Amino acid sequence: MPKNPSVKRVMVIGSGPIVIGQAAEFDYAGTQACRSLKEEGVEVILVNSNPATIMTDKNIADKVYIEPLNVRVLQQIIEKEKPDSILPTLGGQAGLNLGMELAESGFLEVHGVKLLGTTAATIKKAEDRQEFKDTMEKIGEPCAASKVVETVEDGVAFTRTIGYPVVLRPAYTLGGSGGGIAHNQEELESILENGLRLSRVGQVLVERCIAGWKEIEYEVMRDGAGNCITVCNMENIDPVGVHTGDSIVVAPSQTLGDKEYQMLRTSALNIINELQITGGCNVQFALHPTSFEYCVIEVNPRVSRSSALASKATGYPIAKVAAKIALGYTLDEIKNAITGKTYASFEPTLDYCVVKMPRLPFDKFITAKRTLTTQMKATGEVMSICDNFEGALMKAIRSLEQHVDCLLSYDFSALSLKELEYRLKKVDDQRIYVIAEALRKGMDYDTIHEITMIDHWFIDKLAILVEMERALSDGPLTVELLKEAKRIEFPDSVISRLTGISEEEIKKLRYDNGIVAAYKMVDTCAAEFEAATPYYYSVYGSENEAVKTNPPQKVLVLGSGPIRIGQGIEFDYCSVHATWAFAKAGYETIIINNNPETVSTDFDIADKLYFEPLTPEDVESIVNIEKPDGAVVQFGGQTAIKLTESLMKMGVPILGTKAEDVDAAEDRELFDKILEQTQIPRAAGGTVYTAAQAKEVANRLGYPVLVRPSYVLGGQGMQIAISDEEIEEFMNIINRIAQDHPILVDKYLEGKEIEVDAVCDGTDILIPGIMEHIERTGVHSGDSISVYPAFTISDRVKEKLTEYTRRLAKALHVKGLINIQFIAIGEDVYVIEVNPRSSRTVPYISKVTGIPIVDLATEVMIGKTIRELGYEPGLCPEADYFAIKMPVFSFEKIRGAEISLGPEMKSTGECLGIGRTFKEALYKAFLGAGVDLPRHKQMIITVKDADKGEAVELGRRFEKLGYTIYATRSTAAALNDAGVKARKVNKISQESPTVLDLILGHRIDLVIDTPTQGRDKSRDGFLIRRTAIETGVNCITAMDTARALVTSLENANDKFTLIDVASIG
Amino acid sequence: MKAFLILEDGTVFAGTSIGARREVISEIVFNTSMAGYLEVLTDPSYAGQAICMTYPLIGNYGVCREDMESKKPWPDGFIVRELSRMASNFRKDITIQEFLEQYDIPGIAGIDTRALTKILREKGTMNGMITTNEAYNLNTILPQLKSYTTGKVVEKVTCSHKYEIKGVTSLSENGPLSGQAKFDREAFVNGQREMRPSITKELNGKGKRVALLDLGAKDNIAHSLAQRGCDVTIYPAFTKAEEILADRPDGIMLSNGPGDPKECVEVIEEIKKLYESDVPIFAICLGHQLMALATGADTFKMKYGHRGGNHPVKDLRTGRVYISSQNHGYVVDTDRLNPGVAVPAFVNVNDGTNEGLSYTGKNIFTVQFHPEACPGPQDSSYLFDRFIQMMEEEKNA
Repeated sequence: MPKNPSVKRVMVIGSGPIVIGQAAEFDYAGTQACRSLKEEGVEVILVNSNPATIMTDKNIADKVYIEPLNVRVLQQIIEKEKPDSILPTLGGQAGLNLGMELAESGFLEVHGVKLLGTTAATIKKAEDRQEFKDTMEKIGEPCAASKVVETVEDGVAFTRTIGYPVVLRPAYTLGGSGGGIAHNQEELESILENGLRLSRVGQVLVERCIAGWKEIEYEVMRDGAGNCITVCNMENIDPVGVHTGDSIVVAPSQTLGDKEYQMLRTSALNIINELQITGGCNVQFALHPTSFEYCVIEVNPRVSRSSALASKATGYPIAKVAAKIALGYTLDEIKNAITGKTYASFEPTLDYCVVKMPRLPFDKFITAKRTLTTQMKATGEVMSICDNFEGALMKAIRSLEQHVDCLLSYDFSALSLKELEYRLKKVDDQRIYVIAEALRKGMDYDTIHEITMIDHWFIDKLAILVEMERALSDGPLTVELLKEAKRIEFPDSVISRLTGISEEEIKKLRYDNGIVAAYKMVDTCAAEFEAATPYYYSVYGSENEAVKTNPPQKVLVLGSGPIRIGQGIEFDYCSVHATWAFAKAGYETIIINNNPETVSTDFDIADKLYFEPLTPEDVESIVNIEKPDGAVVQFGGQTAIKLTESLMKMGVPILGTKAEDVDAAEDRELFDKILEQTQIPRAAGGTVYTAAQAKEVANRLGYPVLVRPSYVLGGQGMQIAISDEEIEEFMNIINRIAQDHPILVDKYLEGKEIEVDAVCDGTDILIPGIMEHIERTGVHSGDSISVYPAFTISDRVKEKLTEYTRRLAKALHVKGLINIQFIAIGEDVYVIEVNPRSSRTVPYISKVTGIPIVDLATEVMIGKTIRELGYEPGLCPEADYFAIKMPVFSFEKIRGAEISLGPEMKSTGECLGIGRTFKEALYKAFLGAGVDLPRHKQMIITVKDADKGEAVELGRRFEKLGYTIYATRSTAAALNDAGVKARKVNKISQESPTVLDLILGHRIDLVIDTPTQGRDKSRDGFLIRRTAIETGVNCITAMDTARALVTSLENANDKFTLIDVASIG
Repeated sequence: MKAFLILEDGTVFAGTSIGARREVISEIVFNTSMAGYLEVLTDPSYAGQAICMTYPLIGNYGVCREDMESKKPWPDGFIVRELSRMASNFRKDITIQEFLEQYDIPGIAGIDTRALTKILREKGTMNGMITTNEAYNLNTILPQLKSYTTGKVVEKVTCSHKYEIKGVTSLSENGPLSGQAKFDREAFVNGQREMRPSITKELNGKGKRVALLDLGAKDNIAHSLAQRGCDVTIYPAFTKAEEILADRPDGIMLSNGPGDPKECVEVIEEIKKLYESDVPIFAICLGHQLMALATGADTFKMKYGHRGGNHPVKDLRTGRVYISSQNHGYVVDTDRLNPGVAVPAFVNVNDGTNEGLSYTGKNIFTVQFHPEACPGPQDSSYLFDRFIQMMEEEKNA
């Protein structure tokens, strides 16, 4: 079927800010789909509130609206842009829900807009629990016994008929948000209440518990003519009970015979046919481990995290094909871009094994429960490819960058067999390490299997790794043993630790005996056809297929690895843009990365893609073959920066700012010298290694002080300390992970935090814009609301900032990007920190100023000057609109996490609000972050003593907006004394009804709770904040944020200024 | 123990011996299925060939005898990247190692199967030797390899005498309908395993008598018919047409089978007679090629064939595309097809080669791929229903 000619202008809905359960995969899918649509001559109007995405670039779509993903906003964009169609299946659950709301309200019909791809009726059939169940029943596909309930009472009554445990799944939520397994009535009531609230339609599915069954997924494609294929199937190593996003997943399935494989495949095709899906779809099954019984868990009628993984695992571009199908093409008409020979109707076949591991945020939220459940908690993931499972797993482990590189990385050796058995019952992110220890201690497979329900095959694979550990430590290290260790991807560092032989010697032994990595292709067809744009993975003991090319210039771009708090999608944005800029300049480009969710690992971004861990050894193996003329590290976040030294040792020149200058910015003493030279002030401070030294420095400076490790991103481990006790506590936490670098203790200065990203060509600098934070210093810059242009500082301060930036960039010999954070106190400007590399704000500032700074930085690195690039050095003129970046958090997903803001970053994503006025921009930014007020016009204020004064002012403003204010005793007193009417509520320790009861009553819009200093989580404040978050109540923990919110509400106006970002610059 | 795979072009792969230790010369082919190694091994069409599995991890779920597609494995050799030491599946009888040893199939593991596949892709299918003799001499081996021909293999794989499989009389005999299996813990604990699920939803073949000419048939061809209620009589490949027609079948199936179709001179002669009868005929793979040859068309050897479970074939009657199970090295030459006799019914979406023919003015249709699946996708099982419908129409005509 040829392309539908009536489709000319398509609106694509993105997925909004990155939150747990909805991450970079949708930027990848959306970007690929937009390019696919443009390739067909279709005009693309893109809407996404997330400025850190590549899909919101002007070269990806024709019109770009970085606006809140809210029905009212979308309606106004549709009225303005008049698209003929809308494609909602690429923006994750967020995009799908919006498309559904627009369709169901009749708005699309009135405006003559078609829903492309899967129809609204189909989406409803797949998403609505009851309709889905009825549909499955009709075609004889089994679902676990279940019932959709809308009240807690119904849930309890139904569970009585099927028995505990039961699984709870709220309808229309992300990443299993609000779901869980209930083993008794108390758990059932608590999860159910939470789930009913989180569901858009107030429905939760109560389901027979099939925990322990094999969890299998199929990625299916179907076109409008009814042709279906499965792209890939995947098996979760962690059986049903752990969200697939948090499971270790292998592709293809390893423990299914043809009978099981085809049974489920046929079922997946039956389902997608019955649902009449056009495009991509994900079907999840639970398969009984000792029979042919299976249940359909769920169907996602859209591209998903799993489809991104399946795309990268097979080379089949699901989003691209889905977009073509939406335009009317059939599978047999769409060419497979990897082979250039086969068609999209060809099912990929793999000749390798893929392992995906989740990147869990427990290193950020040390108070959170590590338990894995049906509620997804991972912020990101890594994927690795090898020709054997053990090797793929080993590569995935070291790709995580969590100080792990083998199964010995978490030490459970102190536990006895009995204790290990007990420990195995805990399902958490350390389970494979516990199994490994159990195997070391001789626990038999059956026992491990009975506890974990992990298949014997996987247990045996872990055993093979354990046996290799033993063989290596028993010695001697023969060439044969080394070969075998490398085949299953033991890194040299681990072999060295186990054998006691130095890494250098092991490397030499390897090279002398030809034990080097070879590279194989991902080609969708197991070598049956020649591939045109393949990508590579390493294996040992095989023929190398990665042919060294000899272009005039070849550059290595290092990616940023898994998405984690503090190092997110922004760095992928930078890596991709740098790659494109190098390609434009005539370079052959090579990307190394291991994150399957990203655009950078799409098959056609770089000339060559190596899907590999980002460790020195893995990079060196690639360098040995490719011999690049230079490497770029400044775009890949800390992951890439950490590789600088190793790259230099390999003889690869670092393009742009030199490594020693990067060091100078991080090294306290060197940096102090530079500041002295350039006469730029900073907060007084010192470098320490021990708690005693830290206390000494702190007392000399006077509390409060800022304590932080050097060489980290996202303020990891950074804390404000007000006493010796806190210094002790923080130093303990920081030192839990071995520190190669010293710890910094600085005087804490309270002022306005200012951030600058600049390009420097060695002589001149270009500052696209100055960003000012709403929150005063002390809140991590990534968690602050950031305003462009800076709106409260004087021209004199702006001049100072520009001048300081120039001096610092020159002193550090920056060639490329530099990011500086300042504090402005009155007319004084202090430097907080300097990062001579790309930063989190680069995509944001590029988009709102229209200045492509990554491209400029890349050009500068290869020798162009800012003037040559057509820019006047210095601070660029300010825009006549405001663009506000709002952090977005995923606190509701992480049980037990402290939500109050501080110097350590906690947000997972961001969104943008653009407006003609500051207030409008702010309103949109809050709206984009999901703060859509008012609903009930009731709020709670409970603040620490120091904030009481500001609370009065805030209270007055909220009162004026018609809010009823509840407050705890002393806050209420302060408010009432000042003439702001506040109703007193009891503290938690007092008798009911307390402040918690009030929150749980679902009548509260907002909680403002500023935490008292200190980390004691047993305090009331912690409970109030957690309860608010888990009940879906907006909770604000900084007075500045609260003030911004009330300012935005004072402006609330439903007619928005819509700015096409593609037209800026 | 060390083992070597020596190719006709002089390439030598060193690996580890698996299965039997004996030396073997065979035609080397690759199969891209990711699951279903047992079904591949027991597919008689592989007689005279050694199979390289492109998926690197083989043996993960062991061997369940119930899943064998014939009474024994047929390939001359088995070539894998890695044979799993752990066989994990609730239905497992033995490991694949034990299976290969039991049936005296030699093989090699630990070689770069992708490199081998690329050689076969680029240079075409070629002969090779699997040996454990470390002192092999290429000068004597290579001429041996070059002169090796598969020869007539159908006679090796066909049944020795005619026999019958009765069609089921109720759907429940087929085991649970796929999706309807209910786990019976007690039965499982007692060592009883549930039957594998069936996708047959209708006994539309009840009362039909089908003659199946066994050219090396996979069991699931007869099963697919029997599960729909057909009584199936299986005839040795060299049965005379008159004998088959004398049994007055409602329909005739020509099965899959090994080797060069042009070697089957005698069978082709009999098929000519079957063509002349008015009995509906459905043929698969070798049967499809033989019907083409019997009616004046030609076949040729492909460079490296189609072997796997992922090839898209288009039903030209409906325009629909199905993913098919494939195993063939020869193909019907559509350039030399007489449209008065037969027209293409299915085409391979990737390379445009013929995947099926519909015979003009005749109740005959034939396919190159494997609607009986096992291993591979079950998408085209509807063709058995189409055949049953043909028989029904013929009966009513």
